Amino acid sequence: MDKQIIVIGGGVVGCAVARLLSRYEAAVTVLEGGEDVAHGASKANSGIVHAGFDAAPGSLKARLNVEGSVIYPALCAEVDAPYSRPGAMVLAFSEEERRTIQTLYEQGVKNGVEAQRIIERDEILQLEPNTNPEVVCALLEPMSGLTSPYELTCALADHAAVNGAEFRMNTRVEKIEKAGKGFRLITNQGVFEADLIVNCAGVHSAELHNQLSEKKLNIIARKGEYYLLDHQLPLLFEHTMFQCPTAMGKGVLVSPTVHGNTLLGPSAEDVPDTEDVSTTARALKMVNEKSRLTWPAMNLRTVITTFAGIRAHEENGDFIIGAVEGVPGAYETVGIESPGLSAAPAIARMLAGQIAEENGLTEKKEWKPAPKREKPFYAMTLEERAEIVKKNPEYGALVCRCEQVTEAEIRAAIRRPVGATTIDGVKRRTRAGMGRCQGGFCSPRVLEILSEELRLDPTEITKCGGESRLLVGTVAQAMKGDR
Amino acid sequence: MLSQKLKNQVEKVDVLVVGAGPAGMAAAIAAKEAGVDNILVLEREANMGGILRQCIHNGFGLHRFKEELTGPEYAQRDIDKVKELGIEVRCGTTVLSIDENRFVTAISKEKGIQLFEAGALILAMGCRERPRGALATPGTRCAGIYSAGTAQKFVNLEGYMPGKRVVILGSGDIGLIMARRMTLQGAKVLACVELMPYSSGLNRNIVQCLHDYDIPLLLSHTVIDIQGKERLTGVTVAEVDAKRQPIPGTEQHFDCDTLLLSVGLLPENELTRQADVEMSNLTSGAVVDDTLQTSKEGIFACGNVLHVHDLVDFVSAESFKAGKAAAEYVQGKKRVGTYASVKDGDGVRGVVPQKLLIPDGDAENVQIMFRPSGVYENAYIRVMDGEKELIKQKKRILTPGEMAELILKPEVVKGLSGADVTVSIVKE
Repeated sequence: MDKQIIVIGGGVVGCAVARLLSRYEAAVTVLEGGEDVAHGASKANSGIVHAGFDAAPGSLKARLNVEGSVIYPALCAEVDAPYSRPGAMVLAFSEEERRTIQTLYEQGVKNGVEAQRIIERDEILQLEPNTNPEVVCALLEPMSGLTSPYELTCALADHAAVNGAEFRMNTRVEKIEKAGKGFRLITNQGVFEADLIVNCAGVHSAELHNQLSEKKLNIIARKGEYYLLDHQLPLLFEHTMFQCPTAMGKGVLVSPTVHGNTLLGPSAEDVPDTEDVSTTARALKMVNEKSRLTWPAMNLRTVITTFAGIRAHEENGDFIIGAVEGVPGAYETVGIESPGLSAAPAIARMLAGQIAEENGLTEKKEWKPAPKREKPFYAMTLEERAEIVKKNPEYGALVCRCEQVTEAEIRAAIRRPVGATTIDGVKRRTRAGMGRCQGGFCSPRVLEILSEELRLDPTEITKCGGESRLLVGTVAQAMKGDR
Repeated sequence: MLSQKLKNQVEKVDVLVVGAGPAGMAAAIAAKEAGVDNILVLEREANMGGILRQCIHNGFGLHRFKEELTGPEYAQRDIDKVKELGIEVRCGTTVLSIDENRFVTAISKEKGIQLFEAGALILAMGCRERPRGALATPGTRCAGIYSAGTAQKFVNLEGYMPGKRVVILGSGDIGLIMARRMTLQGAKVLACVELMPYSSGLNRNIVQCLHDYDIPLLLSHTVIDIQGKERLTGVTVAEVDAKRQPIPGTEQHFDCDTLLLSVGLLPENELTRQADVEMSNLTSGAVVDDTLQTSKEGIFACGNVLHVHDLVDFVSAESFKAGKAAAEYVQGKKRVGTYASVKDGDGVRGVVPQKLLIPDGDAENVQIMFRPSGVYENAYIRVMDGEKELIKQKKRILTPGEMAELILKPEVVKGLSGADVTVSIVKE
C-alpha cells in the first residue's frame, strides 16, 4: 500500500514539498489550518527572490537561497506563477556602511552569488534617479528577482492536487502522537493517521516539533508591516532597493512588486501572538521614515493598503530542515523566515529527495504537468482579448475595474484544483480587489459569483474563512426584527 | 499596431461618451440637442443611472427640476430623455483604453472587443471612494469594514445587511446617508467620527441623518485601532489635536461589527491619464477650460471625474455644457481668442475651470467652482484680474463641505486683461 504522507501547513514551503512528493507513489495530504493555502507568512511578505549574498556563508539559509534563486525562473514558468528579475541594490549612506557593502559582497562571493558588483553614486542615480543623492555606493545584484508569493503557492498547490495530493483546509493540527510506526494527528476536524509527517507549519512549526522531540526549538514571531502603493508607469524604482541590513533583518526596502506596485517595508518587531497581523501606527511611522532615506521624495498619496506579516524566526538563526532527530518518519522545516520564499524550491527539493530516499518511495510512471491557465486578461494584447472573448463571453464582463479582472477569470479561480472559496482567495488568485479601490466596487459581484459557483447563500460567503462573513442577513430579516 | 482584422472593425462615432451616470447622460443629451446624431454612450454597469441607482433617499433635483426626487427618479428622467432622443447606449460595456487621438477600445459580453474612432470624447466615469487602506488606519484587516457606498449597494440594490452595530468613520455625504439608512433598517449606529473640526458633508444631511436619529457626530476624532481577527469586533476612537494627531488619554472603545468609511471621493481618472491629459493635483481631475475641454483637443471631462460635486444637479449642469461644447467641436465651430489662467488664491482649493477663453467674438457666462479650504463666516469671495479686483461677493458661510461657485458675466470675461485670474477668500 502507498505510504500515507501528511504535510502540515499549506504555505509556500508546504505546497512546494507536497508538489514534489506528489511525483512519488504515495498518498499525500496537506492539512492547512487556514481557509486557503498561503494563509500565513506566504501571503504577506516582500515577494523577493533574493540572490543570496545576505545569509552567513556556510548556513543552510545561504546554500538553499542561492539554489532556490537558480530554480525560480524555470519553476515559475512550469507552474505558471509570475516571476521577474529586475535586480537589487543595497545602498550605503556612509563610509562605515561602505564596509558593510564590502562584507556583503564578500559573503556573496563565498555563497556563490554571481554577477554582483559594487557601484558608485553616479551609476546608482543613473539607474535609479529617485534615489537619495546622499547615497555613497551600493551593491548591485542583477540576479535578484520578484514573484507573487501567494500566486506561486496556489500554483504549487494546484500542481500537487492534479497529481493526487489532497488538501484539507480549516484543519488545524493540535496534537501529534506516535502510533506504531506512524503518527496520529489530532485536529479540529478529527484524527488523521500517517506513516510519514512533514512539519511545514511556519510560525507553529516549533510547537509541533516540541511535541515530538526532546530537543526544544523556539520560534519568535517577528512582525513586518508594509505600505503598498498603486501600480504606475514608469516605475518609481526598477530595482529592489535595500538599505544596509541590521540584526533584525534586511531592513526597510523600497521595491517594485512583480505586478508593478511599489512596496515599502517591512518593520521588524517581535510579538507574543503568532497570529497578530494587525498594523500599528508606530511601525508604519517607522517604515515611513526609513523609506525616506532611500526615497527622499516619498509620496504616500498613492498608498492603497497597509498590511503585516509574521516571520517565523528560530532563535538559533538558521533554517532547520530534515528528519526530526530520534523520531523516524517525521520531517520538518522550522524557522523558515527570510530568505524562506527564495529558498522554498530548494528546501522542497532537498526534503522531498531525502524523504523519498529514506523511505524507498518510487516515482510515478506519469507525473502530470501543472494545469495550464489562460494568461491574465490584464496582460493580454488587444488581439488576444478579441479572440478569447469570442470563445468565452464571460471575458467581456469586467468585474474588477482597477486590476482589469473578468468574470471568466473569477469563475476559473474558483474552479481551480485548489480553488478559491473566499473573497480573499479570489483576490489572491486573480487580483480582483487588489487595486486602488480595494474591492469597493467589485466585492459585491465577487461575492455573488462565489455564492453561485459554491452554491452557498450570500450570507455564507466570507472574506477569509471562519466568522469573517460579509453580510449578516437580508434587509427583510432585519426589518422583521430578526436581529 | 492593429491587425487588419481589427482595423476593419473600427466604428466611427462623432461624440463618444464614457459612462451613463448623470454626467454621461446629460452630456449625451446636450450633444444630441446641439445637432449631433452619431452619438454613442458606453456604460460598464448593466443599467444606466450610475451611482444614483443606489441612492434611494430623496433630496435630488431641487435645483434642476425644482422638486425633490429620489436618486433613481432623478436618473429616470435622463434615461427617458436619452431613449426619447434615440441615443445609442451600450451597457455592460467596459472601456479598456483611450488615447489622445480619441481611439477607444471597449469590451462587452455581447459584442466582444469594440474599437472606436471618436470625433469628440466625453469622459464621465465618475469617482470612487477612498478605501481604508489609503488611510493606513492601524489594526487588523478583518471582515466588516466597508466603504459607505459598498454598504449602500448591499443594502439598497442587493437587499442584504452588512452589519448590525455600526461606527462610521468620516462624515462625507454617503456616510451620513448610510447612518440613517442602517438605523432605519434596524441597525444601531453608535457614532460618526470625523477627523476634521467640521463635517465634509452637507449641513442638511448632518441634521436629517444624524441629529434626527440621535447619532453623535464626534468632530476632531478618528479611529486609531481596528480589532477583530475574522469579523470586526470593535474600534478605538480618539480625539485629535490641531495637527490631527491622536491625543493620548482620550481613547474610547466601541463594540461594533461594522465600520463604514466615508473618507473622501476620488475622481476615477485612470483612462484620462492614458490619453496623457494634463491633470490637477488639487481636484485629482483633468485641467479644463471654460468649455470643459481638457489639454487634449476634442477630449472633454465632466461630473465627478472632473471634480467631486456635492449635488447631482450641478453635475448635470456642468455636463450639459460639456456635451454642447463637444458637439460644437465636431461641428467645426472654432473658438478664437486668448486664454487666461484661473488660479487658486488664499482659502481656495481646486478651482474649475483652470483656464478660460477671452473670446474675440461674443462672450458667455463663465461659471467658476471651487472648494473653500476651511470654514469661513461672513467672508468674501474675491476675484482678481492680475492686480485688479473684479468681483467681491459676501458669503455668510463658506465650508469645505459645500462647493462654492460664482459667475463671470460676459462683459467681465470680455474685459479680462489676459493676466492670471485669481480666486480667493478674504475676511474683508
